[in-house]
This record gives sequence, structure tokens and C-alpha cells, in this order.
Amino acid sequence: MKHRYLKNVTTLKLGQSKCTGCGRCIEVCPHQVLAIVDSKCSIIDKDSCIECGACVKNCPFNALEVRPGVGCAAAVIKSWFTGEEPSCDCSSSGGCCS
Amino acid sequence: MLIQINSTNREINIMQTSSQLTFQDKLGAWKARWGINRMNYKVEPGLYSLGNPDENSPVLVTANYKLTFDSLRKELSGLDAWILVLDTKGINVWCAAGKGTFGTTELVNRLLVVQLEKFVAHRTLILPQLGAPGVSAHEVTKLTGFKVVYGPVRAKDIKEFIQSGMKATPEMRTVKFSAYDRLVLTPIELVGTIKPSLMIFGVLFLLNLMGLGPFGLVDFYGYMGAVIIGCVLTPVLLPLIPGRAFAWKGWLLGFVWAVLVNVLNGWPDDPQYSLLRAIGYLLVFPAVSAYLALNFTGSSTYTSLSGVLKEMRIAIPVIIISIVIGCLLILINRFI
Repeated sequence: MKHRYLKNVTTLKLGQSKCTGCGRCIEVCPHQVLAIVDSKCSIIDKDSCIECGACVKNCPFNALEVRPGVGCAAAVIKSWFTGEEPSCDCSSSGGCCS
Repeated sequence: MLIQINSTNREINIMQTSSQLTFQDKLGAWKARWGINRMNYKVEPGLYSLGNPDENSPVLVTANYKLTFDSLRKELSGLDAWILVLDTKGINVWCAAGKGTFGTTELVNRLLVVQLEKFVAHRTLILPQLGAPGVSAHEVTKLTGFKVVYGPVRAKDIKEFIQSGMKATPEMRTVKFSAYDRLVLTPIELVGTIKPSLMIFGVLFLLNLMGLGPFGLVDFYGYMGAVIIGCVLTPVLLPLIPGRAFAWKGWLLGFVWAVLVNVLNGWPDDPQYSLLRAIGYLLVFPAVSAYLALNFTGSSTYTSLSGVLKEMRIAIPVIIISIVIGCLLILINRFI
């Protein structure tokens, strides 16, 4: 049973022209968002993408892009007040980084 | 371009470890789950030997959060391996990878500092798959000549991974979020509400003293119930609750609880039980649960920042307005 979050929100993009089908992105994706289709990598389950950035980081050909970020609600609220980028500074009262 | 360092003057330091967890280790893990000493639960970064590794033994890379280190080594009984512990400031692999501390730079630095190339004939590193958001495998190879192989998500699959010739099944590469996984994350959520809750009780006590009360047992357990629903019940029942947004799931269960609190105390039959108070509870308690449930997104394995932002843009204003109006209604009710 795959857990499902909100639909149509992810910022994941794959530029097929740069893709060589090496499969590194598939290897590192924690939610099987990508698969080989017609000997190139393709997004097959876009809504399962959690924007962790593993695929982007490990694509030697820069075929992927995503807006990564701390997905911690507490960090985001804090950043609304401080005006800075949300960061996981892992205060002990936060729920992140368990 | 390979980085080469003349390191003949540097001290070589290998630390011995084992796959056995002591009572202290297990106690430490339990404490960490409850937020006790969690931000300083570390092991020293560097090179460790497990069993009797030689120059052909595999190298497993991990983070210096002790819970991570212990979770890894306890699955390696019977193996001879090197464990390379990166300095992630005591944070687990996946979070550190997201932050960049379990990253290319730290990995390359640590390799050079421990002089790993002196201990192994091969040039392969096994990294946990969840370290991938922070590590660029091809960059590591370019800089050090070491090849990065991503091992399974869960340490318990490492033995099979190695024995099958570094092959991972799709199952090994998928992150799960079982009821048990969710349950062990709840104590820290709960502990995080202690300080704010005590402050709220303090305020209510003062209001009582000022004659604006009396706030009593029902308010107390109504609030505590909302907290437990947001921190524990919603996470544990997560996939069973209708809706996708966490705030909504928390709100739904919180609403059921608020209705229950009202009904248990006489509403709607008892004329003494004011409508203002009933509505006040219906506004405040679900909002509290919703906020706490929303916070669980940071501990979950399948939410994205974009999704959380979308949730929050609606949930936060609604929560704030609900709580303010609800509190006002409850206060007004005390006057009339």
C-alpha cells in the first residue's frame, strides 16, 4: 500500500533530451517515481515525489531538476517570521529529524 | 583529477565496534525517542572495524547519530566490514542528507582524514540509499577515485544485498511507513507539547485568579485529548483517516473528539451547557489537533515541501482564526 499525499504539487522535471538512461535516478529514488521507458528514464508516478533531490544530485547529465527543501511545517512557519530560508536547525521541540 | 595527499605524518586511527548492542545502547535509543539527550547522541566520526575486516572487506558509510550507528551495526552480525562514520552533527542519514551534512564534501573529507585507501584494496563505498539527497556519486568518484554504490534503504537488507553481489530488489529500494514506524515517532511529538501546554495551563490558572474562569477539568482533558489526537492518534491511524492533507486528518479526528467532549458534558440536552461553550470547543480542539498533525509532516516519509506549503497556506490561517474565535466564545460565555 503506497501512501499518497497531495496531488499535482511536485516541482520535479525531467529533460529527456539530456537523459542517457543510466538509471542512477531510479536507483536512488525512495518512492519509485522513475522507471526506464523506451531505454530512457521517465517519471511514472509524479505524485509520489517528495522532492528530496536524490535524483537531481545523482544525475551525471543534469537531466533532472526539483525545488528541494525542508518539508518540516515547523521550520516553514519559523521562516515566515524570520524571513530566512526554512532550515532544519532541529530544535528539540520540533518534530523533524526524528 | 584525483586528490592525493602525502599523509605519512598523519596518525592512523581505527576504532573497534561490534554488532552487539548493550543494555546502555538500547536504553539510549529509547531515551532518544523520548527526546532525552537526543541532540547530543553521537559517536565519534571516523573509521571503525566490525569483526575482522581486511583489505577486501566492504566499506559501509553512515552518520554519527548514535541511533543510526547502532541501527546499522546490529544488522551486521557475522560480517567483517569497515564502517566509515561521517560527521553529520549527530543527525540521522536522511535528514542530514537533506541538509547536506551527509554530503559529498563531508564524505570526501572523511575519506582523506581516515586514509581509507590504506586499508582497502578495492575502491568501493556502500552508502545508504537515503544518503543520496546529499551525495553526488559521480562527484565523489571524480574527486577520490572511489566508486559509490547505493545500498538498501533498510540496514536489515544489507547482508542480502552484499551476498547477492551488491544487487538491490525494488523492495529494498522503497521506503515504507508502517504503523510501527509511525508509532515510534510519536513520543517526541508529544514531548514537544509539554512546554507550550504548561504555558497554556498557566494562562488559564491566571484567568481563574482574575475571575475570568473557572477553567476546570473539562477544559483540561478536552485540551489534552486534542493534543493526544494530534500527536499520537492521527499519526498512528494516518492512512485510515479520510483525506490527504495531514492538517485535515487531524482536524477531523479532533472534531469527533470535541463533539464527544460536548456530549459527555450534557450538550445539547442540558440547558446549563451553553451553546457558546460548545461551539468554542468545536472551534478550538480540532484546530489544536490539526496543527499538531500538520507538524507530523516533518517526520513523515512521503510528504513534499510543495505539498506541505500548499496545506499550510490554508491550514495555518484557518487554525489561527478558529482558535481565536473559539477562545473568545469560551471567555464571553464566562461573563454571561
